[in-house]
Amino acid sequence: MDWLYNISLNHYLALSALLFIVGVLGVVMRKNGLIVFMCIELMLNAVNLSFIVFAARHGNETGHAFVFFVMTVAAAEAAVGLAIFLALFRNKETVYIDEANELRH
Amino acid sequence: MEAIVFWGFSLMALLSAIMMVFHKNPIHSALSLILTLFCTACLFVLLNAGFIAVMQILIYAGAIMVLFVFVIMMLNLQREGLGIRRHRIKKAVGMIACILVGIRFASVLFSQNIDKANLPADFGSIENVGTIIFTNFFFPFELIAILLLSAVVGAVMVAKTKV
Repeated sequence: MDWLYNISLNHYLALSALLFIVGVLGVVMRKNGLIVFMCIELMLNAVNLSFIVFAARHGNETGHAFVFFVMTVAAAEAAVGLAIFLALFRNKETVYIDEANELRH
Repeated sequence: MEAIVFWGFSLMALLSAIMMVFHKNPIHSALSLILTLFCTACLFVLLNAGFIAVMQILIYAGAIMVLFVFVIMMLNLQREGLGIRRHRIKKAVGMIACILVGIRFASVLFSQNIDKANLPADFGSIENVGTIIFTNFFFPFELIAILLLSAVVGAVMVAKTKV
């Protein structure tokens, strides 16, 4: 039971992997487009945790700077994606992504 | 002591992430994601990343999730009804597959022991991270500024009503 009370960086990496897989599960399972979006943010957050772990491993703060950039890009992507969602909702009155199939023949 | 804090926050993060995926009400999902982001910020503090922890609460939980909550409120999304229960077996098999992949993935990450290096006392402080951003990554910093400008202009152009 050594892994219960000696917390090495492997524990944080395992948590990052599990959070990422929960995000993938949400993207694949849910049909509500906003929930899919939130699961994408969860995946980005899991990757941020992995970056911070390796920055602590090597004593290099480049990982922190990279996480800063990832967060900024995620903010920009969330803004534009939600704007697209609003436009989609205005035209089709639905947020379920399997009802937006007009490009399919 | 660190073990208690780690297990508490990581289990809470994992549980609220799973609850975010399975809630039927989108507002409950958004609130669960905010709780996940707070727990991850606390884990960042455990990893000597103080600046990034505060940035996570400010940007992610404070701006992006507020945007999500406002959009959910504006679209006036109702609670997802049960409706026709389709694809139940596919969903169940997918969930079991994800759990097995998750267990295998997490156990592989334990194969080689990684330890924290000897970190100085001011590791992850805003001075150090700011020095790295403004010396090594100065060009990406300027590009981020242009990216944010284009995102704001694009979001307004896409989402405005036709006048």
